[in-house]
Amino acid sequence: MSDNLYNSAEEVDNDRRKFLTTATAATGAVGVVFTLTPFIASWKPSERARAMGAPVEIDLSKLEPGQMMTATWRKQPIYIVRRTPELLAGLAKHDAELKDPKSEKSDQPDYTRNAMRAIKPEVLVLIGTCTHLGCLPKQHFEPGEAQLGADWPGGFFCPCHGSRFDLAGRVFNGSPASVNLGIPPHSFASDTKLIIGLDAASTTQGVV
Amino acid sequence: MTMANENKDNPTIEKKGFNAWLNKRLPIDEFVNSQLIGYFAPKNFNFWYFFGALALLVFVIQILSGIFLTMNYKPGELTAFDSVEYIMREIEWGWLIRYMHSTGASFFFIVIYMHMFRALMYGSYRGPRELLWIIGMLLYLGLMAEAFMGYVLPWGNMSYWGAQVIVNLFGTIPVIGGGLVEWIRGDYGIADATLNRFFALHVIAVPFALAFLILLHIVALRQTGSNNPDGIEIKANLNNRGNPLDGIPFHPYYTVKDLFGVGIFLLFFCGVIFFVPTFGGLFLEKPNFEPANPLSTPEHIAPVWYFTPFYAMLRAVPDQQMGALLMTLAIVAFFFLPWLDRSPVKSMRYKGWISRTFLGFFVVSFIALGYFGMMPADGLYVILARIFTTLYFAYFILMPWYTRVEKTKPLPERVSYDA
Ligand code: HEM
Ligand code: FES
Repeated sequence: MSDNLYNSAEEVDNDRRKFLTTATAATGAVGVVFTLTPFIASWKPSERARAMGAPVEIDLSKLEPGQMMTATWRKQPIYIVRRTPELLAGLAKHDAELKDPKSEKSDQPDYTRNAMRAIKPEVLVLIGTCTHLGCLPKQHFEPGEAQLGADWPGGFFCPCHGSRFDLAGRVFNGSPASVNLGIPPHSFASDTKLIIGLDAASTTQGVV
Repeated sequence: MTMANENKDNPTIEKKGFNAWLNKRLPIDEFVNSQLIGYFAPKNFNFWYFFGALALLVFVIQILSGIFLTMNYKPGELTAFDSVEYIMREIEWGWLIRYMHSTGASFFFIVIYMHMFRALMYGSYRGPRELLWIIGMLLYLGLMAEAFMGYVLPWGNMSYWGAQVIVNLFGTIPVIGGGLVEWIRGDYGIADATLNRFFALHVIAVPFALAFLILLHIVALRQTGSNNPDGIEIKANLNNRGNPLDGIPFHPYYTVKDLFGVGIFLLFFCGVIFFVPTFGGLFLEKPNFEPANPLSTPEHIAPVWYFTPFYAMLRAVPDQQMGALLMTLAIVAFFFLPWLDRSPVKSMRYKGWISRTFLGFFVVSFIALGYFGMMPADGLYVILARIFTTLYFAYFILMPWYTRVEKTKPLPERVSYDA
């Protein structure tokens, strides 16, 4: 439809009309973005969810060498393993079979970016969600277990898509997961008291 | 009035009484005349043309059974599982309503996969129906989202872990992945917040979007007219009234045909509801009869059958990022079909043997991958899944080549039809 159907052409300043239309549309678009913001932000973890993510304290006195316990922090299972000297010695032997032996691509606090991936070598603390797609890797600590082959050094096996991790949570070649299991921020209040979610660097808001 | 009346040569009959009163205010007769009687569809439709109407039927079944489920279902991590058991055991006929809905979900996908296969076979995605096809693909995506979120609602253990795996797929997106996953879940793990928002999306947002897309789908179909098993345009041969020589009025011819299809469909549908509602664990999986347990992954995680082809691809790649990307591409590839197919003809009836072979391989791969996706990710299955994933993609990637080089059969002037 042409302009002059409604207006005699001389009366219309088309440039002005175009400018005003564009300016109005642009203002409206900005308004829409502002209006959307609260709706999008309402999907973020609520205050309550955040408060429930506070650090948790764990008593290690009953954890025997070679055993594992599971805690929950921020809805995530946390694996705590007391590793024996033999298990620790075994860790150095299979670097060539790991995707990320030095944990360079993986997620962990700086103070655990070491050979044993731990503050105290004997206490391993891991986030028990598979870095592939989030199932729970299961404990298979017995070396050479029938199901996992004679050269299995002991570690974790994820039943969902078959990712394998060693006893430092490092992922083996050929697994669908490509980075090592995560490590939550943690610290020791005493020899037997472990705090998950709290360390020197963080206040309470951990990494993850 | 409209051209429908002129077309049919029947003079407008003088309306009287209530009918006249009504039609003066709401153009019902005009709508029926122009959209149903005056709409001409090819006369050579076959079995494969039942499934669009059946998809509409299943959509209605899902909405109705869904509304009644909502009356007793309680979203929330403490109430959801119990409320579903309550519906099953204590509400009169509650089991029937729930089984209608769960069986309806699987039948929706059966119907849609047949519907899409028809389009692949007869080249219905080709111009001028590209947009119709793309709207169809958007419907398919919407349907997948709807089915996935619905599956989370009963809050069984497979619901929980399925949600965990699927939501984590978004975590493989570089940079924004981690934050995105937390935003989708609304918590540090799959939680009450996640369940509640999925409920809202499942009962309102997605069905609304689907209804709107269905409307667009049908409007786009009316604009171009249906394709047919010969893949030639019936609008190329018109009679002196401007109607396609090979077309027949949609109503009553195809309304009656579709009603017959509905009858047969309901026989199968009710058979499943009454005799095999879980379909041996395919339509309702065993681990989902246990409540969600964040500290225990089911021994073997698999989505419901209609997602397993893509799940098999995901697992076939030893890297989560590449796996997720491949799976996405497997779906995105469909959007490009209208431009990948370079054949001078549309329908498989006139394409050459290479096209037929590739389509055959594609279908076999899809079914095989669907099977492997249900099996444990053990050595042999993973290798086979890789082979069939390759065949699946070959159908798309090589299409511009094989549709051009092969020898096609000459197209007929008019649709082939014997009756
Ligand atoms: C909620 C889901 C859907 C509904 C209710 C629906 C409905 C319909 C109906 C009623 C027709 C006409 C009847 C027929 O040709 O069988 C049709 C045609 C068509 N649909 Fe769908 N559809 C759905 C999903 C899809 C999907 C997922 C695709 C493909 C990606 C698709 C692609 C097509 C095409 C290409 C046609 C034209 C076919 C031809 O003329 O040969 N539709 N649809
Ligand atoms: S979730 Fe563990 S291997 Fe996929």
